This record gives sequence, C-alpha cells and structure tokens, in this order.
Amino acid sequence: MNFWLRLIIYLVAAPLAGGLLAGWDRRVSARMQSRRGPPILQPFYDVLKLWQKQNLAVCPSQNYYVLFFLLLVVFTGALFFTGSDLLLVIFALTTASIFFVLGAYKASSPYSFVGAERELIQIMAYEPMVLLTAIGMYMATKTFYIDGIAGHGGLLVLALPGVFLGFVFMLEIKFRKSPFDLSSSHHAHQELVRGITTEFSGRTLAMIEVAHWYESVFLLGWVWLFFASSPVFGVVMALVVYGFVVLVDNVFARLKWQTALASAWLVTVVLGFGNIIVLSLQR
Amino acid sequence: MTLILALVLVPFLAGLILLGLRAEWLRRGVVVMMVAGVCAGCIALACQPAPVILGELPVSRHGVNLGMTAIEALMGLYILWVGVRSRHFLIVALMLAQGAVMVWFESLAGADAGGGCGLFVDKFAIVMALINGLVGGAICLYALGYMREYHTEAHREIPDRRPMFFALLFIFMGAMFGLVFTDDLPWLFFFWEITTLCSFLLIGYTQTAEARRNALRALVMNLAGGVTFALAIVWFYRDTHSLGLQTLIHSGHAVALLPAALLCFAGVTKAAQCPFSSWLLGAMVAPTPVSALLHSSTMVKAGVYLILRLAPVITGTTVGNMVASVGGVTFLIGSLAAITAPEAKRVLAWSTVANLGLVVLCGGIGTSQAVWAGVMLIIFHAVAKCLLFLCVGVVEHKLHSRNIEDMSGLVLYMPRVAVMMLIGMAGMSLAPFGMLISKWAVLRAVVDACPLLSVFIVFGSAPTLFFWVKWMGKLVEVVRPQHRVVKEISLDESVALYSLSLVTFLACLFFPFLSSQFVEPYVAGVYGHSGSLGQGNILIMMIMMLVVMLFPLSFLNRGRGVTLVAPYLGGANIQGSPGFTGSGGAVETVTLHNYYMGSMLNEIWLSRAAVAGGSVLLAVMIVLAVL
Repeated sequence: MNFWLRLIIYLVAAPLAGGLLAGWDRRVSARMQSRRGPPILQPFYDVLKLWQKQNLAVCPSQNYYVLFFLLLVVFTGALFFTGSDLLLVIFALTTASIFFVLGAYKASSPYSFVGAERELIQIMAYEPMVLLTAIGMYMATKTFYIDGIAGHGGLLVLALPGVFLGFVFMLEIKFRKSPFDLSSSHHAHQELVRGITTEFSGRTLAMIEVAHWYESVFLLGWVWLFFASSPVFGVVMALVVYGFVVLVDNVFARLKWQTALASAWLVTVVLGFGNIIVLSLQR
Repeated sequence: MTLILALVLVPFLAGLILLGLRAEWLRRGVVVMMVAGVCAGCIALACQPAPVILGELPVSRHGVNLGMTAIEALMGLYILWVGVRSRHFLIVALMLAQGAVMVWFESLAGADAGGGCGLFVDKFAIVMALINGLVGGAICLYALGYMREYHTEAHREIPDRRPMFFALLFIFMGAMFGLVFTDDLPWLFFFWEITTLCSFLLIGYTQTAEARRNALRALVMNLAGGVTFALAIVWFYRDTHSLGLQTLIHSGHAVALLPAALLCFAGVTKAAQCPFSSWLLGAMVAPTPVSALLHSSTMVKAGVYLILRLAPVITGTTVGNMVASVGGVTFLIGSLAAITAPEAKRVLAWSTVANLGLVVLCGGIGTSQAVWAGVMLIIFHAVAKCLLFLCVGVVEHKLHSRNIEDMSGLVLYMPRVAVMMLIGMAGMSLAPFGMLISKWAVLRAVVDACPLLSVFIVFGSAPTLFFWVKWMGKLVEVVRPQHRVVKEISLDESVALYSLSLVTFLACLFFPFLSSQFVEPYVAGVYGHSGSLGQGNILIMMIMMLVVMLFPLSFLNRGRGVTLVAPYLGGANIQGSPGFTGSGGAVETVTLHNYYMGSMLNEIWLSRAAVAGGSVLLAVMIVLAVL
C-alpha cells in the first residue's frame, strides 16, 4: 500500500478506533462491577466537552509540553504504521513520554510531581521489555523494519512465547492499568488525586486523552505483529489481549512502586531474556 | 607535519610559560591566545584529507627517544617520592615494577629507534584532536573565570596555585594531542604517563586530606594500567621487533592478542571502567574545570580511544567479549548508581562511567557498526558532558551547593545556565539527539554480534532516562517565586558555555555530516566497509529532531489564552506562598523531593558489585589471552 495512503488512514482511523476501545473498556469495566456503564461513544463526548472548557493552568508553559507529547505520540504511531524501524519507534515513544513527564513537573503541584516521578519509574519498568521485544523480533525475522517483520512467514508468537507474555505484562504498565496505575489513577478520590494529569484541564486534558487513543492503537498494533502472518487472527488476538488487560485492571489492587518495578524487571529477565537466550542458542 | 608537531608542542610550551606567570592579565592573554591558536590548528587539521601524509621528523628519532626516556625517568622518580612521602607502598611497588619492565625493554631494544616518523594521523585521530582542542580549549577559557571566583569568593581557604593549575591544563592538552597522533608504542606510553601524572596533580590541587587521598587512588589505579601497558610493549617487541601501533593492529591474532589484551587493561583503568571506576568518582573533589577536562576531552577519552583503536584485533575473540562485558557491566551499574546520587557532579560522574562503558562495549565487540557507534558516542559525550559540568560549576558558585534538590526552579532565576543545562541533558538522553542515535547504533551492533550482551544495554538505558529526566524536571519546576540572579556568568565562562552549547546543538543537527566526513571514512579504512544507520532512518531522525527543536518556539506564545490558577494542594491554598491550610487548621508548606530509590539501590553495594564483577572479568580476560 502507498505510504501516504497508510499515513492518512492511520491518522484518521487510529483515534476513532482508540476512542471506541476506550468506550468499550469503560462499558466492560462497568459490567464487571455490576454497573450499567456509559455509552460506547462516551470518550468522544468527553473530549468534545473538554475542548470547550476554559483553559486553566498553573504554569503558563505547561500545556506546550502536552502538545508536543501528542505530536510525538502521533509521530510514533505514524512511524509504526508506515513500516519504519522498530527501535526508532521505541525511541520516539520514549521521547513522547518524556515530554508528558516534563509537563507534569512544570505544573509543580505535589500531586503532579509525584505522578511524574512515578511515571518515570513506570517507564523504567517497561522499557527493557519493550527493547527486548524489538530485539526478539529482530532475531526471529532478521529485520527491525516493521514491514519486514509483518511479512515474515511464520507466526512470530511461536518463536517468541516468552517475549509475548512479557510484552503483555508490560502493556499493563504502559496502559497505566491496575495493578500498575501508579502514576495516574482513573479516579480523583485516591491518594494520588489524578497523579500526572492533576493540573491539566480543558483542551490539554483532551489532548492527553487523544494521545492515549493513538497510543492504544499503536500498542495493539504491536500485539498484532506477533500474529501478523494471519492478519484476522492477529486482530482477534489484539482485542483478546486488550480484554485481558481490562480484566486484570478490574481484578487487582494497586501495587507499590517497588513491587511494580521489581516484578516488571523480573518478568523481563525471566520471560524476555530467557526467550532471547533460547533464540541465540538456536542460531 | 609542522601542524601536527605544533599541536603537540605548543600546549607544552604554553604550559611552561604559564608556570612562570603570576600576573592575572598576562595569564589571561596567554590562555586566550593559546586556545585560539589550538582551535584554529585543529580546524585546519580537520580540513586536510586523511590519512595525512607525514614527512620525516626534523630531529632524529633516537634523540627524541632519549629525551622522552629522561623525562619519563624524572616522572618516575617524582612518583616514587610521592609514594614514599605518603607512605603508600603500592604506588612505590607499581612504579618500581613499571621501571623494571621499561629497563627490560631498553635492554631488549637498545638503540633500535623504529622506522618511519612515529606519527600517524587518520580521521579518528582528527576527531579526537578536534574534541581535545575545541572542548579542552573551552574548558581552559572557562577556567579563567571560574578559578578567579574560586579563589576570591568561593574557597578563600585554599592556597592560590593558579600558575601551576593552568600549566597543567595545557600540558594535559598537549599530552592528549601527542597520544592521539603517535603511532610508536613507547611514545604513546610516554604521553599516557604524562596524563596519569597530570591527573594526579590536578585532582590533588586543593591539597585537602580528601583531595590527597583521592589523587593517590587515581595514581595507583592508573599506574596499574601503566604496568600492563609497559608489559604489552615488551611482549610485542619481543615477538615482532616492531613498536608501531598500526603494525600491532594489522599483525593478526596470534601475535597481537596478548599485547592487545594488556593494552585494553590499561585502557580500562584509564577509562575508569568497572573495578577502577572509583578514581573518577573521587576526582570530583577537584575544581570543576578539572572534572570537565578529565571527563570529556582528555584522560578517560584516552582509555576508550586506545580500546577502539584495538577493536579490529580483539573483535570476535574471547578477549573482545570480556572487554565488552566489562563495558556492559559498567554501563548497567553506572546507570543504576547515578539514580541514587543527589549531588549533581556525582550524577555526572556516574553517567560518564556508564557512557564510557558503552564505548568500551563497542570496542570489545569491534565490528564496523560497533566502532562507528563508539566514535559517535565519544563525540557526543564529550561536548554534552563538558557543557553539563561547566554549567554545574557556575550553579555551584551561585547557589553554594551542588545538590540537585537545590536547583529547583533554576529555569527562573538562572535562565541562561538552566537552558544550557537542559540542552546538555537533552543531548545526553532525549531521542533524536546525539547520544540516543549512538545508543541505537550500539544496540543494533550488539544484537548482530552478540545478542546476550544486549541485556546490559536494555537494563542500563532505562535508568539513564530516569535520572536525567528527574533532574530536568527539577530544573523546570517552579514551586515558589524566585528572584533572578543578577550576573549569572562572567565573560570567559559565557564564551565557553555559549560555544559549547552551540557545538552540542550543531553536532546533533549535523551528525550525518560528522558521520560521513569523519567516522565513516575511518571505519571504512579499517574494515573495508562502513557501518552506519540507513539513509531512510537518518531522514526520519532529522524530521523528529526538527519537531523537537520547534518546542522552544512554542514559548513565544507563552501564557496566551491561559487563565492561571493555583495548584491543587489538597487543602486551602494560601495566597502568594507555596503553602496550604490542612484539615487540622495547621499551615503546611509544600516541598518536593525527587526519588533516589534508597530502598532498592545502594551506591556502596553497587560499587562493590562493580569491583567484584569487573575484577573477575578482567582476570578471565588476561588469563585467556595468556593461554
């Protein structure tokens, strides 16, 4: 498919799909908690409403960080869906997160400060696994290019079962879902208030939401990559993984950051690196 | 030829002149002139096609050898005296061992002076010379302003020995030029020993008990490297009757592996890798320009320079893998340790140790891609790290603290320095900029050559991000209103800082040019093919870099259309102060502190792990090389 066509489809379809996923998440979570839940389209209504709100900020410049966070997240996804280099995608994603964290630091309230610190810890927790996933895919397919990985013959998940499980574990952290919702909880009545997003409101908060949609689609796209040789099955599996993440979110209570970090690194070493060792022995 | 000789000799000469100058304005004049001259020389050299064809030396090599031996003997005697005076008998023992090895060498070699002119200049040497000249020059300029303030305001209790200080800076620079241009192993050793001695004198500059202790520690560790260096020379000469570094590189595993392993050991000591990293951390007691010099342009770079030079010899061997493992372990431990440190200079020091670990890792792997990444890392690390050190020095003088917690809100009261620090940190950690480009290349090289080593990189790079960003966050956050410091930086300091910021910026922006003009030709010259990133990827990097560089522009629109409110504090905010009334009616003030992960990580414990791991790996390396 043409590069520009792919880019445009991604730019338009990703937020729609991401918003629907978020709505579905809220609905399913509500059902799990014996509530009715909002309509599926609620996230879009929320963002539209946020967009019309007054622009409040603690620091005059804090919102620019979020704007660049959004831009870079979109950029990351664009790299991914146009088939670029996987490592480059990871670095772009990290830079995006850094902008978000710096914005929260800039806001200078204790809650956003703690949220920012914890978000950094979360990045530290998941980054090794993300890099190992890219390395594992490279070792299995001999290329870092996403097009090449997707075009690889067999089901990647068969060669990379440990990496896949580690990646799913990491998704839990990346989506900031319980038990790893350390940096930003969904509910403002908790000890964090809203953590990293505490001091963002109106349009800026809407941008964070939209960025989150793009990010979700990109991450599920990566899950799809494990099953790329049979595309439809891949989509199903991506949705299954998302459902699993939502389920875990509702079942577990929040962990302390120490436990979160230690468990994430343990999983990365055992499942991720263990898988890499097996692959390198097979060579 | 003349240019090369001038670059080596003029700094030495300048050093000798400065030793005799007590008047400040004279010293200033000499320093400024010399720095301008050296920078011009380096740039002129960079414009020449390389490898530069060199003629004969104007004097006989035999004479040069004799002179060097004499100076070396004097330095040896001085070090012996230091060892005896401080009752540090390990120094005496190491120095005597080194002397004995050199005497053995003289008895073997006798009057054999070696062929050719003994100098060698290729693109890698030019890159190192540029770093040494430009970054080192900036440090010397900065030191003018810094040392004045150091002695007149910040540290009056310390005796003013500035003539010696500046003399040593220039001698150091000259030795570094000598080190990168020479092809003759004994000459290389001579310059190597000069840097050891200079670093000892500079670290001990303040002559406090701590400074003396740390200087001695640096001396011991570097002397240990010196002993193995001397052994390598003897061994290589005994087998091949030649002394050229290039000959060594091209003479194949059978002969070259043991000398290369010994030289790598020396490189590891100088680059402050795992078991030896404590000397570099101890070197922090010296005034900031010294730290900057040791960390960015000279000293540690000499170590990694040697290891990268030897990369073609050790690639694919067990020795190479051990060197790479030392680098990997150092990278991981250095990055973790940097999280625990609240003191700015210590964070920088650990980060230097970690980044050099990455370069050593590249050298150990030694494929064309890895060497490309290693050289790029050296370049970016030198400029960004120097900038950061110099900024911290300025801040330290104004705040009387180098604790990162005290730098909260720096962006308001020292905006220029804070922005330059942010540039340096972005250069060190943020994605499209220099260090990340290199880290990316390292990762690719490692995965191709030895995937298991990638575990060090993936676990090491995550903490790197953590400690840089939390520091950046501390600079940008604003808890309470601050007054701007009236005069942030003196003239000399600002020239140095601005030019380094500019160089950092340009190096990031023009890295494809740097790569194609300097690094790729060198790598292609050694390996026959070059390792670089794909064209498409470089293009994407440039796009991303432009996006990120647009960020400062958004500040033009600062505060427009935004209603400012007080932060949420979980109580009733008190107007105009960062406090709130809590539920009990008590007034609480807000303070924000970074995480240092004291419950999980412990610097002492990490250092011990580093010493243990590094020693084992190095021992295995030497044993395997001997077998």
